[in-house]
Order: sequence, then structure tokens, then C-alpha cells
Amino acid sequence: MSVVQANMHPLDNYLRTERLPHVWCSGCGIGTVLGAYLRAMKNIGMDPEKTIMVSGIGCTGRAAGYVKMDSFHTTHGRPIPFAVGIKAARPDLNVTVFSGDGDLFAIGGNHIIHAARRNADITVITINNFIYGMTGGQLAPTTPETGITTTSPYGNVESPFNLAGLVAVSGASYVARWTSLHVRRLEKSIEKALKKRGFSFVEVLSPCPTAYGRRNRMRDPVDMLKYFQEHAVVKHHINPLEGVIEPDKDFIVGEFLDAEEEPTFEDKLWEMTKKEFLYTSQAERTAWILEHRRHLETLSKIISGRGER
Amino acid sequence: MRLTLTGNQANAWGVKLSRVQVVAAYPITPQTTIVEELAEFAANGQLDTQYIKVESEHSAMAACIAAENTGVRTYTASSSHGIALMHEMLHWAVGARLPIVMGAVNRAIGPPWNIWADHTDTISQRDTGWMQFYVESNQEVLDTIIQAYKVAESRDVLLPAMAIEDAFILSHTVERVEIPDQELVDEFLPPYNPPDYLNVDDPKGFGSLVMPDWYMEFRYIIARAQEAARKRIREVTKEYAEIFGRDYHGLVEEYRTEDADVVMVGAGTMVSTARDVIDKLRSEGHKIGLLKIRVFRPFPYEEFQDIAKRVDVIGVMDRSFTFGYGGAMFSEVKGAIYNTDARPKIKNYLIGIGGRDVTPKMLEDTFRNALRVKDHGLDREMMWVDLKGGE
Ligand SMILES: Cc1ncc(C[n+]2csc(CCOP(=O)(O)OP(=O)(O)O)c2C)c(N)n1
Ligand code: SF4
Ligand SMILES: [Mg+2]
Repeated sequence: MSVVQANMHPLDNYLRTERLPHVWCSGCGIGTVLGAYLRAMKNIGMDPEKTIMVSGIGCTGRAAGYVKMDSFHTTHGRPIPFAVGIKAARPDLNVTVFSGDGDLFAIGGNHIIHAARRNADITVITINNFIYGMTGGQLAPTTPETGITTTSPYGNVESPFNLAGLVAVSGASYVARWTSLHVRRLEKSIEKALKKRGFSFVEVLSPCPTAYGRRNRMRDPVDMLKYFQEHAVVKHHINPLEGVIEPDKDFIVGEFLDAEEEPTFEDKLWEMTKKEFLYTSQAERTAWILEHRRHLETLSKIISGRGER
Repeated sequence: MRLTLTGNQANAWGVKLSRVQVVAAYPITPQTTIVEELAEFAANGQLDTQYIKVESEHSAMAACIAAENTGVRTYTASSSHGIALMHEMLHWAVGARLPIVMGAVNRAIGPPWNIWADHTDTISQRDTGWMQFYVESNQEVLDTIIQAYKVAESRDVLLPAMAIEDAFILSHTVERVEIPDQELVDEFLPPYNPPDYLNVDDPKGFGSLVMPDWYMEFRYIIARAQEAARKRIREVTKEYAEIFGRDYHGLVEEYRTEDADVVMVGAGTMVSTARDVIDKLRSEGHKIGLLKIRVFRPFPYEEFQDIAKRVDVIGVMDRSFTFGYGGAMFSEVKGAIYNTDARPKIKNYLIGIGGRDVTPKMLEDTFRNALRVKDHGLDREMMWVDLKGGE
């Protein structure tokens, strides 16, 4: 007979509950998005034991520390090369990057277009909160024109990136944009992204009342959600270039791209090298590596056991 | 005028008084509030500067380099991983002979992540050719920025410089800071006047290739420039003291070293605490003094050769560790003395790493340990102070 603990949250099995409470501010959207991600995993039966979360640095990047999976909290800007490295070595694992807009599009901006171009089989979720949240609200490459930040105290003169559009034209297999208000659709979309073989990307517009909203006439967390409600227009498979976000104007959310599955980067690497080896599949190669490592571990245990005697 | 400023605000004030023309920066804790202050100065017209909000520290240094190449004064600030990411460009700034000044706020390097005071980030850039000034108060931060430009831009130097402050202990803590008169600063630090710059009337290429038959000579010229800097720093510090009334004594500052048998060496904020501890031990009759390394690059080897003649023990405190042997300051001090006749015992204390508070008690234990070396000889070369579980 199974005992159900009354105080258990449905996602407790996916979280390092001993690390809670988390650091995120009240009204922050990151938790909502992490919840959607974990539910999506659960819905499609993705095994947390076989899933790796890779984050960079930022408020969003803290997610890697809270999930009950193997995770990497990498340097600022580099989660994508870390993820590509993990996937190349262990193509049998599911690899998700969960990181901020500054991390993935400012300091690490180069990597995302290359991973998309290669069609690396990883899933990237980015929180676009229009700001560098963790460092206290400096201008990011997503800050809308006119946005007030601590490094643009009298307004922004730069144009922001259209993140979903950029990734869509870079060669990705699946691209979507939602806001933290569109929780149900976001969850479904993440399910698709996780299932997709190839590079998949989900951008989630999300409130940062502390470092962004406060300076931009959206002091209350709900103000930003209202802005999403009033201005987000759901449209699918648009010309990615229509995905620009301009101050006080409507913007598009939805599925930007859901391409036919094509061989992934890892598939192509395998195709290129397999003739040199005896394995008949990628899975066999991984199995062989793991088996070999188990032998080595047993051997070293025996040796160290002898040492003790 | 006196203002109550954090170390980071004092840093920004130093930049403002130096009339920097281009700032390029990327935020990182604990540096960020410097460039936020500068963004404010730039936006409200208090400082006539072009502030570029670049997408990484690597880009920040690249932008400073190119802007400086057009003949304007530039500035950036960073910490920790930001400085590490800049590494390639730090070399470039030196090779291109550009007197850029950077505010460096010392913070540990990951993993494990840690945002607190630790000198690894700047110490690990020592071979790039940047001058390094370690400061101990908010006033010194401001004064050092101005002095650093003056030294860096000297025609016989033309090398970049870091003004280095400890994370949080200075960067986020307020002190009263005397703001020098702008006119006096303008007189002390005239506009940047480079011998060579991007000038369309006199076309040239930047960053050319040099074959093995000449590359070494370029490196030698930089080595000479570091030597020239050694002299310039002494002169500029003196001139600054005459005009502004604050003397930082060149490359090192001695404290109660007269008749000392034991001298402790350190850099950054720990030396302020150390002075008090020296006073206490002196009052007990111990002949102990302090030597503050203010400038680590160029290295003050003459000053160390001089002190080595006068003492029996030198205790070198490093707030970072150079894996494979010992603390960088320790190795340099030891190396500087070896070819002289002086033979003091030299012991390395690894202390305050990763932001561990350097308390008076911790320093007192350390200094007493150095006093024991005097009486009982050197027990071992290195000691990790306050290490959990022991060595
Ligand atoms: C090399 C380097 N530069 C700068 C930083 C400082 N830093 C930490 S997080 C961050 C920005 C985070 O913004 P974003 O990626 O948008 O994440 P958010 O906090 O908004 O979720 C910065 C600049 C760093 N850790 N490393
Ligand atoms: S600063 Fe912004 S992004 Fe970071 S936790 Fe707070 S609300 Fe969220
Ligand atoms: Mg962000």
C-alpha cells in the first residue's frame, strides 16, 4: 500500500526541497516557468535520472541548484557549450539549458546561434525579463527602447534582440515564445520542445519587478502580467522577423517554428565516425563506455580494498 | 569638498575627475556600482563621456583598446570572472601600449562560486604587463585612479594599469572621501596626448605581424617600460602628495619597520587591520613592523632588497594561492632577495582567501607565529591561516 504524504507538492520529486526556499523575489516569473518545465517533463514521462539541467549565471541560472537532477551551474554565458559537450559525450541523456536572456544572448550570444546552426539536440529555455536581474538591473540586449535601467538611467538608445526570431533563423528545429502568464500553453510547448529531436528553444517573457518593473512603470508584479495580457497576440508560424517587441505595442507569442525533424548534430557526428569503430549504434557506444567504466570502478575498489588491508 | 562614498563611488569619482572620454563595461558583482555611478554621471552631463554598454568583459576591453587607439582616455571596471574573460585583451592592451585604466574589484574565482574578497583574479593577470595598484581605503581608490592615468600615460611608460580594491570591504562600505579640486586635477593630469593614434591624415595599420627576428625586441621594450614605470610611480606619488597632501609612498609603504626584527607583508585592506595589530605587539615590546605592497607590478624588488638587509624574518601574507608552489607575493619577495647577501627567513601565510574575514585575532596569531620563526627558526615555508581541519 502506498502512503501519500499530505504535505507533499506534486513536483517535490523533481526538486531538491532541502534547498528551498529559493532566492527569487516575490512576483518573479522564474518559478512559474520552472514549474511549467517540470510539469512538462512529468507529463511526457521524461526520466529526471536521465536528464541534465545546465544553467549559466543569473537569477534564472539559480534553477539548476533547485532541480532534483544532475545539474551544472556554469560560468556566465557558457551553458550552451557545456550542454553541447555533455550531449556529445552522452547522447543518451536529455540535456536542457535553463538560463537568462543576458546569459544566453549578451555574454554568451555567440553560442546559441552556433548550437542552433548545428542542430544540437538540446532544449533551451530562456527567461526574457528584459534585464540583467541578478546584478541589479543593468541594460540587457533585450531591454526595450526607452527602457530605464541602472546603466541607462535616462533611457535606452539601443534596439533589443527578437530572441525567438533570431534563433528561428539560425537553424533551430523548434522555436516558441510565451509569457509567464500563458502557463498552460507554455507547458504544452515545453513538452514539444523536450520531445523534439534537434535544437529546440522556448523564450518566456517574464516579470522582474525588482530590477526592471520598478523602474519602468510596472512596480507591481501584476502590472507586467497585465501588460502581457493586453499586448500578447497568439499567432503561430509567422515570419520570424515579425517577432520584434516594441514598447507599448502588441507583440506576437506562439510557435514560431516547428520544423520537420532532421538529423541532429550528434547524429551527424556519429554518421561521420562510426565506420571507424565496431559499434553498430550510438547507444551501443554509450553502453560500451559505461560498461568499461564500471569495470574500472570495480577494479579500483578492489585495489583500494587491498590497500586498506 | 568631502563626500561620504563607497569604494566604488570613490572609484567613479576618480574617473570623473580624470575626465575619461570613453567607458565600456559589463556588470559584475561587486564592481557593478562603479559603472552604474558612471552611467549616471554620463547621463546627467556631469562627465562628458561616451558610455558603451557592451555585451561582455572581453568586448569591454576590446572597445577600450580601440577607443584608446584613437587617442582618447578610456576606462573599464571588472571583477573575478570578468577579468578572467578579458585575459586575451589584457595582453593586447599591453602589446599595443595603451594606457587604459581599469577599476578591478577583487573577488574569488569559481567553482565553487564565491563573490567575496580574494586576489586571485588580479594576481593571475600579473604576467600580462598591466601595472597593479592594491589600495586599502576609499580615499586611496580615488587618488590611485588619477595617479594611475598619470603614470600610465607617461611617454616612457605607456602601459595600462589596474586600481585594485577588495570586494565589499571597500567596494560597498562608506568612508569620508576628500574630493580634489577639478582644476588641480586638470593641472596634474593634462589631457591624454599619445605619441601615436588613429589619424586618417597619417595612415597606419594596427596589430601587424612581427617575425621572430623582431618580436623579442618588442617584448624587451615593454620590459623597459615597466622599469620606467617603477621610477614614474615614485615621482608621481610624490608630486601628488605635494599638490593634494596625501602621500602613498611610491610602491610600498613601511610602518614601524625602524629597528624591526620581523616585518609582515600584505596588500589591500588587510594592511589597515595589520597596523593596529602591529601597534599592539609593539606595545608588548616586540620589534615587528609592516610593509604594505601598494604596487605589485612593477614589483618593488629594490624596496624588498633594502628591507631584507634590516630584518631577520619576513612574513608574506597572500590573499590568493598560486597552485603548484606558494602565494605569488611570497615567491616574488623571495626571488627578489635571493641574489643579495641578506638571508632573512621568509614564511608564507595564506589568509583571507575567498572572503574569509581577516580579523585582528587572526592577524595577531599570524604575527606571533612569525615572531616564533625569529626565535626558533623556520618550521615550514607555508601556512594556511584559519584552515578548517588543519593542514
Ligand atoms: C564573466 C562574468 N561577467 C559578469 C558576471 C556577472 N553577472 C552575473 S549574472 C549577470 C546577468 C544576468 O542576467 P540574465 O542572464 O538576464 O539573468 P537574470 O538574472 O535576469 O535571470 C551578470 C552580468 C559574471 N558572473 N561573469
Ligand atoms: S531580481 Fe528580478 S529576476 Fe531576479 S529574482 Fe528578483 S524579480 Fe526575479
Ligand atoms: Mg535577464
